[in-house]
Formats: sequence, structure tokens, C-alpha cells
Amino acid sequence: MSAAIAFEGVGAAYGARAVLSGVSASFEAGAVTGIVGPNGAGKTTLLRVALGLMKASGGAVRIQDRPLAQWSREALARTLAYLPQGADAHWPVTARQLAALGRLPHRAALAPLSAVDGLAVDAALERCDAAQFADRRMDELSAGERARVLFARALATGAPVLLADEPAAYLDPAHQLRLMDLLREEAARGTAVAVTLHDLALASRHCDRVVVLRRGRAVAQGAPSEALADTVLADVFGIAAQRLADGTVVASRRL
Amino acid sequence: MDGTVLTAMSVRRASRDRARVTTFVLCALLPLFFVLSFLLGPSNLSPGALLGGLFSGDGAAGVIAREIRLPRAALALVIGAALGASGAALQGLFRNPLAEPGVTGVTSTAGLGAVLAFYFGLAAASPLLLPAMAIAGALLSAGILYLLSRRGAGAMALVLAGVAIASLATALTALALSFAQNPYAMSEMVLWMMGSLKDRTLSDLVFAAPLTAAGIALLLSASRGLDALTLGEDAAESLGVAVASVRARVVIGVALATGAATAAAGAVSFVGLVVPHVLRRFYGYEPSRLILPSALGGAVLVTAADVVIRLIAPDGQLLLGVVTAMLGAPFFFWLILRLRRDS
Repeated sequence: MSAAIAFEGVGAAYGARAVLSGVSASFEAGAVTGIVGPNGAGKTTLLRVALGLMKASGGAVRIQDRPLAQWSREALARTLAYLPQGADAHWPVTARQLAALGRLPHRAALAPLSAVDGLAVDAALERCDAAQFADRRMDELSAGERARVLFARALATGAPVLLADEPAAYLDPAHQLRLMDLLREEAARGTAVAVTLHDLALASRHCDRVVVLRRGRAVAQGAPSEALADTVLADVFGIAAQRLADGTVVASRRL
Repeated sequence: MDGTVLTAMSVRRASRDRARVTTFVLCALLPLFFVLSFLLGPSNLSPGALLGGLFSGDGAAGVIAREIRLPRAALALVIGAALGASGAALQGLFRNPLAEPGVTGVTSTAGLGAVLAFYFGLAAASPLLLPAMAIAGALLSAGILYLLSRRGAGAMALVLAGVAIASLATALTALALSFAQNPYAMSEMVLWMMGSLKDRTLSDLVFAAPLTAAGIALLLSASRGLDALTLGEDAAESLGVAVASVRARVVIGVALATGAATAAAGAVSFVGLVVPHVLRRFYGYEPSRLILPSALGGAVLVTAADVVIRLIAPDGQLLLGVVTAMLGAPFFFWLILRLRRDS
């Protein structure tokens, strides 16, 4: 099966500072790929390069087997949905208005929200358990509720690829688990889901594949049990971990 | 359909109705104040004589109707629309309810450009150079603010930068006027800094109206991009919005509209602050829904203000900019206090 997104020897730099070098990895349709690594390892940069928000300084990025450079802005926006880190609404629009922004890639310049758009927005809010406050303003919602609406915005696009940057940060444990369930549901519908995570337990428990980044290089990838092997955890994070019966990794102490 | 769906639909319908009623009210108020503005003035002409003079008659009534009253009423409308729409778009771009052409110093630098053109012979060389210089001045400060906001300047930093730009522009305007060796320099300076619609001519209108229309059209073309910016620049870009082009269109659109308005009437402040803020109650917070209503609301506000100052002071001692600042500055203060409390 061909990858939804394939990185081949990708490098990227902010000015003279290299952030990614020689990264080869892929995100597959129907799977949740977790991207883990210490702060500054290049997790966000990897997603931004895939989205065309940042130019790769070397290597190749292919989206659905076509080089990224060949994609039009519009087609790319319909194919890749992106949930940035620490996303929030800058204006207190209603939850539904915010989620409806996810339909922008499908709308002609001055066209209003179509019936199809409306259904997609309502369905996305429903799936994120946010339909009951669809008409409330964002500033009236709790942080967990806002996160669900922002996630619905990304789902409303109906894109075959979903890239989420640290969506679990700032969520309480129940909402974190609910979020991971949503990502799994999305993958079950055939979407290629890639998610950066800090929590190794979430990555090992809920992802099909894990890519481990360290100082801009992909040092391990594969099934969580292989990619998050003890040697990798010691090497990359400087920690030792315990493993639950289902393979969940629980960081236990610093080495 | 279950109850929650019905409630959601009725909530949405109610908010749509609220927006429609507001639009209707604004559309009804505009011609009312426009006609009042046309009928008001120091010469005691009857409404019939003025209306007659508008369409025929070369006598005093014709001259007054066509060359004094009509330009003044129409300019109030154009300037209000320019400032209202500019305020709504700037607030959307900076994602900051305090952004406004006056507060951010855009009108001050536009005024400086106009003064330079006016007192150093450029405007005499070609009448187009007056608005052109005002637009160039507006472009300069809007561009500087934009660069600051890109470097992560917050709401208050932008306002402070605007204060600095406005002070510098005001000082340079005073400097330019004192070098201009004009015996009326000081009184003229007040006119440029506070804004006035007194003694405007048709030629002011001829330049201001199309430039303002072009500016507002540019702002409208950027409006959906402004909505997307509610999610931040990366997310907007990922939704297919060319953020750089949205920014450029807003900065140029604001410079065109505000520059043209300031070239015609001097610096009129706070219209772009008050109007979008009041209208959000009725139209919601999406920037795209606010630009045209703010143009309409700005037109109503400035036309009404220009009527009121002539009722209070028929001899024309009261300047338009004085009134908008007296209404707007306390409002601005209140808004800052409220933002501080919310954050």
C-alpha cells in the first residue's frame, strides 16, 4: 500500500540551524502514527514541512505519491487537515462558526456555506461530542470543550490526512483518552492520522506506529513495542520505563 | 427532529434575524441623516429651493446645493464608510479589538502625507497627488504596525506603537506647517489633526469616493481570509488561505480608504473603533460579517455626527474630529479596562 505522506531523506532548517536532517518516514492511510521525541526534536517541523508551511532544504516529500511541489494550494488544503499546537480561537465566534472554517477549502470565493458543508460541520461537531454547545460562543466554553470544537474544525474538512500537533497537551486525562479514541475512529474511517505526542503512554497504547525523533533525525520507527524499546527510551529520552500487560509504556525514572 | 435540534435552529435564526433588522435600521437611518445633512447650513434656504437647486438653477440655491451641501453630505458618508470598514478589517488582521485607523496612527501619517502635498506645491501640480501622498503616509504606518504584529507584538504593544507613530506624525505635521510659511498655519493644523467637513468641494468627493470604494473592495476580497485567521496563521494557511496576500490586501485596502478619507477631511478618529465594536453585538464576531455593516454603520455615524455639530454650533466652530474623539476616547478607555479585566 502506498503512503499518504512519505518523507524521503527530508532536511529542514531555520536559518543556519538544522531542525530536520535525513528524515525518512511515512504516514499510512487507516493508521494512527505517533511522532514522539524530546522538546526541540523537530516534531512540529516535520508536520509543517508536510503541509508546505515550511520548505524542506533537502530530500523529497510525497503526498499520495505526488511530490508536494506539484500540489495546488487548494487541492492540498482539501487533502491535509491540520490542527496546530496550542490552537485556540482569536475571536469568540460560535462553536459552529469556528468548525465551519474547516469547510473553507471546499468553498468558492464568495459562496456561502452549502447544505453539504452544513451537514459536514454538524457531523464533525457530533463526532467530537460538541453538538450540544454548537451555538455557544467560544469564550463561554471550557478549555476541554474548546479543544473539542477545534478538533471538529479539523474533521469538518473531511480530508484523507489529519495532522495534529500536541492535541493532548492541556487536556485532562479523561479528555486525553477521548481524543485518542477520536483519532482511532478517524483512522478506522480510512484517514491517515499523524499526531505528535509527549505522553509515551498515549503513544504506546493508542498508536499503530511510532516515529521517534531526536535532534532532527528519525532514530526509530515501527510498532510501538519496537520503536519505544528500552534502548531507545534510554538513548533518546534518558529514561527507564515500565510496561503494562498491553504494552503501554509508563516512564518511571530518569537515567 | 428532537428538541435540541429545534433549539439550535431557532438560535441560529434569531441571530440571523438580529443581523437583518440591524442592516435594515442602518439602511433607513443613512438616507435620513443624509437628507438632514443636505438641508442644514448657514444659508436659510428652504428644502424646496435646495432640492430644486440640485437639479436645475444656476442661482445661489443651485451653487449651494451642488457645490457645498451635496459634497459635504456625500463626503461624510464616504469617510464614515472608509473608516468603519478599515477599523473592522484592521481588527480582523491584528485579531485585536483595539486596532483602528486613528488609534494605530494610520490617519495621523495620512494627514502628514496630505499636509506635505498641500503645503509644498504637490497638490497644486496635480490634484491626485494630495490623496496619493495621504495614501502613501497611511501605507507607511499600516506597514510598520503589520511588521510589529508579525514579530508577535500583543494588543497593548500595537496600541503603544500607534501612539508613538501618531505623536511623531503630529510633530512632523506641525514642523511641516511651520516651514510652510503660511499665516494660517496653526488654524489649518487644527483642521488636519481634528478633521472637518467644512468647505469641502466636489473635487474632494471625486477623489475620495472611488479610492474608498476600491479600498473597501480590497478589504472585502480579504474577508474570508480574515475569518480563517481566527485560527492563527498556520491553520489559515493550511486551509488554503494565502495569508501573505490577505495581509497585503488589508494593509493596502486600509491605506487607500483611510488615506483618501483623510486627504478629504483630515484625521477623524475612533469611528473605526466604535462602529465594529457596537455592531459585533448584532452580527457576531466573524470578521467577514463585519466589514460591510461597519462601512454602513460608519457612514451613518459620521453623517449623523456632522448633522449634530451643525445643530449645536451652526457657525461651524465645532469640528467633526472633536466630536468623534469626545465620543470615542472614553469608549477606547473603557475597552482597554475591559480587555485588561478579561485577560
